[in-house]
Amino acid sequence: MASWEKQLAHLEEKIKELEIFAREQNIDLSGEIKALQEKAKKIKGEQDQDIAISPWQRVKLARNMERPTTLDYIGMICEDFVELHGDRLFSDDPAIIAGIARLGEQPVTVIGHQKGRSTKDNIARNFGMPHPEGYRKALRLMEQANKFNRPIITFIDTPGAYPGLGAEERGQGEAIARNLREMSGLKVPIIVTVTGEGGSGGALALAVGDWVGMFENAVYSVISPEGCASILWKDPGKAERAAESLKLTAEDLKKAGVIDAIIEEPEGGCHLDPKEMGKRLGEHLEEIVPYLQKMDPSSLLERRWERIEKIGVWTQETQTQKKVSQ
Amino acid sequence: MALFRKTRYSQVGTREIKNVPKNIASKCPECKHVHIEKDLSQKLKVCDRCGHHFSLPAKQRLKQIVDEGTFRETDSGLTSIDPLNFPEYAEKLEQVREKSGLNEAVITGFGKVEGIEVGLGIMAPEFMLGSMGSVVGEKITRIINKAREKKTPLIIFSASGGARMQESIYSLMQMAKTSSALARFSEAGQLYISVLTHPTTGGVTASFAMLGDINIAEPGSLIGFAGPRVIQQTIGQKLPEGFQRAEFLLEHGFIDRIVERKMLKKELALLLKLHEGGEKVG
Ligand SMILES: [Zn+2]
Repeated sequence: MASWEKQLAHLEEKIKELEIFAREQNIDLSGEIKALQEKAKKIKGEQDQDIAISPWQRVKLARNMERPTTLDYIGMICEDFVELHGDRLFSDDPAIIAGIARLGEQPVTVIGHQKGRSTKDNIARNFGMPHPEGYRKALRLMEQANKFNRPIITFIDTPGAYPGLGAEERGQGEAIARNLREMSGLKVPIIVTVTGEGGSGGALALAVGDWVGMFENAVYSVISPEGCASILWKDPGKAERAAESLKLTAEDLKKAGVIDAIIEEPEGGCHLDPKEMGKRLGEHLEEIVPYLQKMDPSSLLERRWERIEKIGVWTQETQTQKKVSQ
Repeated sequence: MALFRKTRYSQVGTREIKNVPKNIASKCPECKHVHIEKDLSQKLKVCDRCGHHFSLPAKQRLKQIVDEGTFRETDSGLTSIDPLNFPEYAEKLEQVREKSGLNEAVITGFGKVEGIEVGLGIMAPEFMLGSMGSVVGEKITRIINKAREKKTPLIIFSASGGARMQESIYSLMQMAKTSSALARFSEAGQLYISVLTHPTTGGVTASFAMLGDINIAEPGSLIGFAGPRVIQQTIGQKLPEGFQRAEFLLEHGFIDRIVERKMLKKELALLLKLHEGGEKVG
């Protein structure tokens, strides 16, 4: 037990004693008790800030049902949102929301994974797990944004692509691949924000861009901790360990050069103060969008390619040297 | 006594062998015939009883497709490290390198196919199930870029269990990297033929394997994004017969052709020839 924990335990014991004593003796000790409670609170508060939130705790925060969804953020940061539906090929995918809106004065195309806010809503939204039509709708509207020279803003919050029969039948692999290829060549700025869960290919299909921001408690990885644990260690119960190993936090990804900025969340997570989170996100985007928009399309593309191409770690052995690249 | 001898004989004869010794013999998963490994390799690892295509080690693929003596390997010194300090990964890499005799899960280079110079990527299913980490993504990206610079066509043979989980986000980002390189390759008006072999799944399917100007698959290959086991767990029912096989993808419009292994080189050469001399219009 750390010394602060001992101190806290001691204080709490004392508080209890005083409460019992006061009740039994029928005397008023509320002032004294309150003072001790304040002291205990202070110790706790200090410790909360000191103890780092573990990767597994962040996974849970990122999945918290109370967390604002893409539609909430669009409502908070944009004006005049007009939702647009359908991939023009098969159907509309409610797990991805898309449309046109105004960010400040600037018309933008907004696209993001959409989770439900209740169980019923979540079922309708397939828990934010897209089908191929979702990626194809997204690409259709990104190409539209390209035509009308509108910046594209995407929000990432999905457990991953949906592993179902229809999704495979309709080629989700092809749909994701096509988005990755086409997004790398669109001539308008693409600004990505990972707001919750960045689950594998289903996340990446909306996340190739010029600037990737990530919420402080969001996570982003190639596989879920549960999936990783069950494949590698045949035990989904080892998810917590997998969450550590996968290096999926915003801080890890900043170090890896995969994201450009961490957007701080209100204390305890953005679900505790959605309005404040919306404000921070809005400020972030209003700073980044004009900055990228000033770039001419060819340098924008050059920069996007470089950003993608540099990601990876290896050694290169030649006859005379061993070079570590990152 | 006679009965005993008969039983022993019949175990071999009716191919009821339970534990087939590895590296000596392989049991056909379709017709259960037991093949001597040496014979099987001579038949391009295709079962001569039922036509089942066993997965083909990268070096055998190379030998089958590329004209003898024309292959020049590129980036052979690119080697994976353990960037995230992932449990057991470094040891695993060491073991697999030793066992497979390969440095990574893909071989890249230039060579000739019936006299035509092409850029080549050949994935190695024998190296950590052909999973894609930084090195696979980087080598594929480099051969795409080199083929673009040299103005040659490109053929990539995919065989992959998907992402290299041990490299987490780096692995995921290779999908974007290879696909982005292919965008520029395509923009330059050059031909890319993707050959999907058993199995091609996960991040490789959802990037370069599905992006060919022409997508070809070997018969019976498992091709998909999500693995069949995960899908079965999710939907809680048995998967339909033939689900995620090459024939299923052909039927649903995601590959152009299914080509038997013994015909593959001829067909690739024909397609290469049909693209010769064409200049990009516009
Ligand atoms: Zn057979």
